[in-house]
Amino acid sequence: MSERKEPILVVNNLKKYFRTKKGLLHAVDDVSFTIDEGRTLGVVGESGCGKSTLGKTIMRLTEPTGGEVFLQGEDIVSMNEGRLRKARLKMQMIFQDPYSSIDPRMSLAQIISDPLKVNRLCSSKNEIDERVDRMMRIVGLAPRLRESYPHELDGGRRQRIGIARALVLDPKFIICDEPVSALDVSIQAQIINILMDLKEEKGLTYIFITHDLSVVKHISDEIAVMYLGQCVEKAPSEELFLNPVHPYTKALLAAIPVPNLSKRHARPTVIKGEVGNPIDPVPGCRFAPRCDYATQKCTGRNPELREVAKGHFVACVLYNGEM
Amino acid sequence: MVMNKKPLRSMSPLQETIYRFSQNKVSLIGLAVVLLLIFIIIFGEFISPFENGVKQNIRMRLQGPSAEHWFGTDAYGRDIFTRVLHGTKYTMMIAFPATFIAEVIGIILGACAAFYSRWFDNILMRVLDVFQAIPGQLLALAVVAALGGSLFNLVIAMLIARIPASVRTARSIMLSLVGQEYIDAARSYGSRDYHLIFRHVIPNSLGAMIVSMTINLSAITLQVSSMSYIGLGVSPPTPEWGALLSEAREFIITAPHLIIFPGIAILLTALSFNLVGDGLRDALDPRLRD
Amino acid sequence: MDTLNNTLLKVENLHVVYKARRETVYAVNGVSFCLKKGETLGLVGETGAGKTTTAYAIMRVLPDRTARIVNGIIEFEGYNLLDVPENLMRHGIRGEKIAIIFQDPMSALNPIMKVGDQIAEALKFHNKEDLSPERIEEQVDRTLELVGIQKERKYDFPHQLSGGMKQRVVIAIALVCEPVLIIADEPTTALDVTIQAQVLAMIDELREKLGTAMILITHDLGIVAQMCDNVAIMYAGEIIEIGSVEDIYSGKMQHPYTAGLFGSLPDLEKKTDRLHPIEGLMPDPTDLPKGCKFNPRCPRCMDICRNVQPEFTVEGTHKVACHLYGSGKGRGIDE
Repeated sequence: MSERKEPILVVNNLKKYFRTKKGLLHAVDDVSFTIDEGRTLGVVGESGCGKSTLGKTIMRLTEPTGGEVFLQGEDIVSMNEGRLRKARLKMQMIFQDPYSSIDPRMSLAQIISDPLKVNRLCSSKNEIDERVDRMMRIVGLAPRLRESYPHELDGGRRQRIGIARALVLDPKFIICDEPVSALDVSIQAQIINILMDLKEEKGLTYIFITHDLSVVKHISDEIAVMYLGQCVEKAPSEELFLNPVHPYTKALLAAIPVPNLSKRHARPTVIKGEVGNPIDPVPGCRFAPRCDYATQKCTGRNPELREVAKGHFVACVLYNGEM
Repeated sequence: MVMNKKPLRSMSPLQETIYRFSQNKVSLIGLAVVLLLIFIIIFGEFISPFENGVKQNIRMRLQGPSAEHWFGTDAYGRDIFTRVLHGTKYTMMIAFPATFIAEVIGIILGACAAFYSRWFDNILMRVLDVFQAIPGQLLALAVVAALGGSLFNLVIAMLIARIPASVRTARSIMLSLVGQEYIDAARSYGSRDYHLIFRHVIPNSLGAMIVSMTINLSAITLQVSSMSYIGLGVSPPTPEWGALLSEAREFIITAPHLIIFPGIAILLTALSFNLVGDGLRDALDPRLRD
Repeated sequence: MDTLNNTLLKVENLHVVYKARRETVYAVNGVSFCLKKGETLGLVGETGAGKTTTAYAIMRVLPDRTARIVNGIIEFEGYNLLDVPENLMRHGIRGEKIAIIFQDPMSALNPIMKVGDQIAEALKFHNKEDLSPERIEEQVDRTLELVGIQKERKYDFPHQLSGGMKQRVVIAIALVCEPVLIIADEPTTALDVTIQAQVLAMIDELREKLGTAMILITHDLGIVAQMCDNVAIMYAGEIIEIGSVEDIYSGKMQHPYTAGLFGSLPDLEKKTDRLHPIEGLMPDPTDLPKGCKFNPRCPRCMDICRNVQPEFTVEGTHKVACHLYGSGKGRGIDE
């Protein structure tokens, strides 16, 4: 691979396995990628593909089973508690559920100022108040809501609180774990616009985890498609939508209901079967049981990510050197 | 369904709970009784001096209620009203501290168990299993039998009998809280474990814990009384309610007022704590919020 | 009266309120629409728009304690459902003529009952023809196969099935009595995209085969484009725009709220830099604004919008309740 300028995050062979009654669940299995500063990596996949676990593992909210995560050159995985707390100042997370992700017993001002307080970043109360006010302005929360409590607000505004809380530490890098999927479309668009404006203003880097392909296309520079814990395809956003290569990506794209009449009644090719469980998986392509193009070659060996076009990587034996 | 209704005034969850509790009439009655009990504990001496309750007067024995003796007199001619009045103090002196300490220990151990689920939780649960294998009443009896029946020892006995249950309650409440995303969020912005426990987990569990406390309080009141009733509680002539009942046993036919008034006191106390607990539970339940 | 044309369901001027302690929530405010046999109507709107309340009113399953239907007619096969006694509703209509598919398949199924038995139960409850146990069993097998589940799986419990399979079972329960109208309340919102595509394709196919009419409640304009013949857009308890899919998606004579909904969606086909969301929030249903309910959020709000409730402007099958169009006189509840 050619030398890149200053990747802010490097993830190498990250693994997270969970012990379950039925066996070892490979939630994230050997995922690698890098993100350059100021870019957005979209991570898409269906439920159970490990995309949320990936986010939490990078944050080390769950301990990885194996692999490395470098944030600006520092290895997150091997850090001790104290250094991890320091590193987390640069790396924050926005959560999916605007209801369970904020403490119902705190007022807005308390929620947003809590990161400053626990890290002892501000010396005076005035300074804290000032920063809280600034954050509320940035995410579009009216100042009169300062002393309100979360249960008085709707999902959209609660999600703004979550964004303000993540931003108050001035992080460089933010993991957005399905930040808009619990919201109504019109509110969803408001939040996406805020996130995109922030990225522009502050030069933020995002990992944007979602199951919604149209959202991910809109916001991402690069997209990684995950299936059962593995990354099956990774490409620049435009490229992925124009030339999807992996059969799963193709199926995923075909399955989106498009809000216009051009594809009406042109029934898309629906892929068969359902997402399985990555419990004690045998080597081989995990999509093979649902894949129309599966052959003998798909089993026995994990397909590796290979570059099929510039910056476009696919893990599918159909494209192993034959292209 | 929360819309952009402009809040007239912001209510903190605490204020809202108080408001909602105040809407519940039955629980307010319960609260009034509880307040009356506290009033009696503090000002009992002024209502009827303790002296009236221990002074024996054989000529006045086993009299029914009258203007002079509102609840009548017992076998030694002592004023039952005064004895019930002061009994409040003794019963509550055991029940309040026992409940409070049991809850505090429950909250701390429960929070640690929920938080350090890997090893601490396992050990704690096995220890509690051992305690809970013996019925609480029996355990309390054993403690009093070994240490002797004083107020202090009764508190210890109640604690040992009650702590396992309150730890379990606290643990299950806190386990559901530890799984909430805001705990993950707080950890991701740098909160240490004690921050998580004391700023997020415990404050959020308090509502449910207060409810369990009121229920426990009424259970302990009953348990203290039943201990005294079988003669393992406070020693006579201390007018503890259960002891009053116990003394009244022989006269249940001839002088039923001996048993009725302390009985009513126990019943009212247990009931009103339960009512307060129910009211609090409803006031705190977010699903009932509109 | 149009008894000759094949109108199946006619809802007229439906008003539903919820009474909370001291507040009245105006959930549905004068909804009117018509559904012909075999037709699919999409009911589109965001949370709190009154879609589900409308559906529950038709099924008469609103919570007794709080909800009141204050006004309106729900005419189904010529009868006003609001006058039908509960007993007849339960045995003759609900489940038998009108079936409902809920959003969350897990809570719609009984977790301790085999799925086959749950389908059979629906059938037994409405067993008019005195089917023998064998015939019922046969019918269950057939229905399961219809929704794409092998009949051997009827002995499974709900937790043994995946989300998509569970929703298929729910659909099987809805279909087993061969209703003439299905109300599907966000039937695929809880499912993954590829599974959603499977379930939608299946629903569409079955509907065509059985000729069942459907009210599809959704917030997803993509699903509507694929599935529906007619669309009603709801906002704050009112239908603000109704017409055929072509009317709605052509973009001509669009209600500003509909335009806002489309503007909120990222376009998959061309690159847009910025989304154009609707600013602000849904109005408080206990305190709805005067005039057009959308006026506080409307980018094209005029003076008249703040005072006068707009009537429908009609153009063919397309009706829009907005002062921007027509002369404000165009009145048309139904043809």
